[in-house]
Amino acid sequence: MAQPYKPNEMMTIAAARALRNTDVCFVGIGMPSAACNLARLSHAPDITLIYESGTLATKPSVLPLSIGDGELCDTALTTVSVPEMFRYWLQGGRITLGFLGGAQIDRFANLNTTVVGPYDKPKVRLPGGGGAPEIAVSCGEIFIIMAQGKRSFVPKLDFVTSIGHGEGGEHRARLGLKTKGPTRLVTDLCVFEPDPETKEMIVTSIHPGVTRDQIVENTGWPVRYGAQVAETAPPTAHELEVLRELHTRTALAHGEQTGVAA
Amino acid sequence: MKFRSLSEAVEANVRDGDSVAMEGFTHLIPCAAGHEVIRQARKRLTLIRMTPDIVYDQMIGMGCADKVVFSWGGNPGVGSLHRFRDAYENGWPNQIAIEEHSHAAMANAYEAGAAGLPLAVFRGYIGADLPKVNPNIRHITCPFTGERLAAVPSIRPDVAIIHALKADRAGNVLLEGIVGVQKEAVLAAKRSIVTVEEMVDDFGPRSANAVILPAWTIGAVVCVPGGAHPSYAHGYYKRDNAYYKAWDAIARDRDTFLAWMKANVLEKGPEAFAAQALRLGAKAA
Repeated sequence: MAQPYKPNEMMTIAAARALRNTDVCFVGIGMPSAACNLARLSHAPDITLIYESGTLATKPSVLPLSIGDGELCDTALTTVSVPEMFRYWLQGGRITLGFLGGAQIDRFANLNTTVVGPYDKPKVRLPGGGGAPEIAVSCGEIFIIMAQGKRSFVPKLDFVTSIGHGEGGEHRARLGLKTKGPTRLVTDLCVFEPDPETKEMIVTSIHPGVTRDQIVENTGWPVRYGAQVAETAPPTAHELEVLRELHTRTALAHGEQTGVAA
Repeated sequence: MKFRSLSEAVEANVRDGDSVAMEGFTHLIPCAAGHEVIRQARKRLTLIRMTPDIVYDQMIGMGCADKVVFSWGGNPGVGSLHRFRDAYENGWPNQIAIEEHSHAAMANAYEAGAAGLPLAVFRGYIGADLPKVNPNIRHITCPFTGERLAAVPSIRPDVAIIHALKADRAGNVLLEGIVGVQKEAVLAAKRSIVTVEEMVDDFGPRSANAVILPAWTIGAVVCVPGGAHPSYAHGYYKRDNAYYKAWDAIARDRDTFLAWMKANVLEKGPEAFAAQALRLGAKAA
């Protein structure tokens, strides 16, 4: 039966809930940005949001279309150059949490945003890694938000744009990494967290009304479940209201007439 | 530094086969200058930019480029760059090569270029596949700690082109807001062109730490109001997000693209940008 919210809304809200008031968060554009700002406008008003365009502690009232919209700078505590952002703030270890999306993900939460098919002869050429290769290793931990489907949740990535848990187990540690890597993957169906030993992403919470069959049908690898699987609490009226208002403000702000067509 | 018209500045500074960095991280993208390069039909350029978007899509589609060096190529929040993909995947209007990096690599490489160093060193690409496909990503061992670090060549373009907010009568220029890598790009380049929103007698009250490029670091300064449209200029006009969305349909089809470029670029001049700025500036509250 129909629920009073969309799967996308459940996904954004479930992701937002995991963010803490004390986090210093490096925000990817799109769904991560929606989840981070929902958290800031609801339970985590003091969360520090950082966008790679150089804006530190920004508080946009509408979601940016790009990573460097004026809204981000206008509402930021300060804005630094892009080399400073990547050198001092990201590489310098000042960011507790990176929030990423992607086109393809595997069971160890490695991400591909570069290419579908061979690199030199792509089936689909995607935008590329941007900040992700270094966000994935320099932030204290990583959250990922992605709509689930067999084409995006694949057994093997065509290209590893940014590392998650690599080949699993202690792979990150063998590469000399001290950061945690992906600790949470939120989809429109469920929440995955890494198995403490193998680091494979396993289902730990299923959204209301979603069946295990649906999860299996939309995952390109044999899904494993945690010993205890919770049911995700449905969105509260307040969460839905804040998220929908944010999207409405954003649509109004971006929908203005353009002079592009002559 | 010389004050020039846009056509004179491009004529004097951009040559066929040059490596050209037209930088701007969403903000202050030098679009009017890009259109002038198209009108002057420059060829075989290596186009360098962290975030190639619409203006590089236009230059690639008009046959100006034979290589693109980048770290994120797309129409932000909208989708693919169709002209970029058509050139890379199908060779239309000509085949282009790519050299792909991460943002951290390119930001470090610009900074190294500005610092006169041959390479940039950073903690990057760990566990990632790009080093397998880009021979310009290598590794170096720290002589003090033994840590293995990524290294890329510094970026030292033949020409850097940026758009700034103001120039004073001496030709010093001021940038504020999201300043990206523009200062580094100009200081890394052999030659440079800076277009600005306005000429002022004096910059007036400002922070002692404002980003100012002194006149003697710049090749040519050109006043082009609205020259960053459809990106934005902090305090002047807003980003034309609707333009970015509309571009997707225009760029998707070769004939639609060519007709649009003829009407809006080839048969127009830099003054067309001022009208856009005026339209969007009125809305900047």
